[in-house]
Amino acid sequence: MSQRPAILVLKNLTKSFGKFNAVDGVDLDIADGEFFTIVGPSGSGKTTMIRMLAGMEPATSGDIILRGERINDVPANRRPTCMVFQSLALFPHRTVGENIEFPLKIRGVPPAARKEKALALLRQLRLPESYYGKSVLKCSGGERQRVALARALAFDPEILFFDEPLSAIDYKLRKTLEKELKDIHRETGKTFIYITHSLEEAMVMSDRIGVMRAGKLVQVGTPNEIYSAPRDKFVSEFMGDVNVIPVSLAGGKLISASFDRSFTPPGLPDGFASGHLVIRPEYMRFLDSPDDAENSLSGRLYNEYALGSRIQYQIRAGDHVFIVEKLRQQAPALDLDQSVLIGWDAKDSVLVRD
Amino acid sequence: MAGFRNALPLIIFLAIGFAAPLLAVIGYSFMPERSFGLLHPPTLENYAAIFNGNSYISFGWSLLLAVLTVAFLALICYPIAYGLARVFGPWAPVITLLFTIPLFVSENVRLYGWLLFFIKNGVLLGTLKSVFGLELESWLFTRPMILLGMVYVYVPFMLFPMTLGVSMVPNETREAALDLGATRWQVFREVELPLSMPGIVIGFLLTFVLAVGAIAEAKILGGQTVIPITHDIEIAFTYAQNWPLGAALAVLLMLVVGILVLFVLRRFDLDAVLGRR
Repeated sequence: MSQRPAILVLKNLTKSFGKFNAVDGVDLDIADGEFFTIVGPSGSGKTTMIRMLAGMEPATSGDIILRGERINDVPANRRPTCMVFQSLALFPHRTVGENIEFPLKIRGVPPAARKEKALALLRQLRLPESYYGKSVLKCSGGERQRVALARALAFDPEILFFDEPLSAIDYKLRKTLEKELKDIHRETGKTFIYITHSLEEAMVMSDRIGVMRAGKLVQVGTPNEIYSAPRDKFVSEFMGDVNVIPVSLAGGKLISASFDRSFTPPGLPDGFASGHLVIRPEYMRFLDSPDDAENSLSGRLYNEYALGSRIQYQIRAGDHVFIVEKLRQQAPALDLDQSVLIGWDAKDSVLVRD
Repeated sequence: MAGFRNALPLIIFLAIGFAAPLLAVIGYSFMPERSFGLLHPPTLENYAAIFNGNSYISFGWSLLLAVLTVAFLALICYPIAYGLARVFGPWAPVITLLFTIPLFVSENVRLYGWLLFFIKNGVLLGTLKSVFGLELESWLFTRPMILLGMVYVYVPFMLFPMTLGVSMVPNETREAALDLGATRWQVFREVELPLSMPGIVIGFLLTFVLAVGAIAEAKILGGQTVIPITHDIEIAFTYAQNWPLGAALAVLLMLVVGILVLFVLRRFDLDAVLGRR
């Protein structure tokens, strides 16, 4: 990824509303052809960021550089980029075909060539050609998604932006569309910049992910890097259910005040003083004896939940609730309130700063 | 059946309050000249008199003035409606209120206000004369003055539906069109105008129907330079004491307006532009 040239470079990009910085000094290089996802909770500034990149919101300071050219002052209609909106923003008074052809009509492409392109895009997006004359209002949610994507592709942009287009779609269809979008990314080879509040969605599709919090990019990396080496507690918790134990360093040992004991760390970062020990639920194990793992704790089973292919156990140990997940085939049968011994190896945990 | 029972009071009310007077007018239009009862044998002589006479001039003026009023209102109100819906922000309600307040004063009173403003030695000309020594002819009792009065009176009836129409356009469709390369003009033509069409068409219809029935502007500001059809109808019912002729004129006016409105409604299928197809 890194050897490909950068198509979009952001330098100290900032957007202020009064004294509040919605986007706060973001530096980022996005490679040509990359599927990059910016993920963050609502209010983290990700929508403001993508609107600046698309040219719908002026940047307060910093640079947006597209292929070596500063485009801060280029209006949206002259940027070779295109956005798929959260609301999709289809033109309700137009048919599917007219929606897709819109950018071509604007450019003065003759009707016959427009129609040919629109029909090709319908095929590419797995919509029947008969939809060409159909009103967009008669299309289902998933079909509208595809029409919106087809319209953006008809523009033939250098970069496609996506502003949470799948957030209003039910789970099953969303999963299908996520995969389709990744296929389209592969087929077109275009740069996709996607924003979402779901790290799970980001994981499925992206080459790289940038996690955003309070206007700053807190971590940028491949899905695997973000998953296995979260930089801080925020990123690790954003991934979903994780076990987090507050710890501090005292006398060369990693001490947990709440458990009044020390844990074996996965290796201490330089200058670490205090932070959190993060263990993913699937790395937690049920033990027969405390010697079976480098760290162990005893607790009681509070409840268990069936998550499809996995079973999730909630174990109360002291004031903490630990989450343990096992594949259904490997899940032990436990009684409620049964005493259990849980543990993990140091290499399966991550030490993060606050 | 319960639906009918519940709707019955309203049906009776509309039958008495709306249908009955209309039917009476239609009935009178077929009565002999200058008769006051509805029991004479029906005749077409009133309609024959109208088609042989020169009422078409009044019809023409009424329709022309109404069309011009609608055209000027469209040009004047669209920018204001756009401003109210999108630009003025917190000032929009204030400006809306300023446009609404004149509605609380009777139309005739406002027109007499204009009369005092424009009359010889009145507010405008009197001031010009005493301050600058300028002596100008009054513009009162001219045809443009009638048009000015009509445009002035019907501004709210065009402005408010139009504002509603413009504010119905989702902002993201504008942004999407811009993002897809459209110029500002193309965004207006391809997205804003068609999507605000329901409000615009309602404004057109409302002001056209009102303007075609206007009478006070021509009387007060026009000084009878122009006799609109409504004035003819009034004369027939009052001075001339010829109810059947007045009724026949009224029926013809309703027919003309009705046909035009139906034509427009068919052209701009409101349901379709509102997205209910």
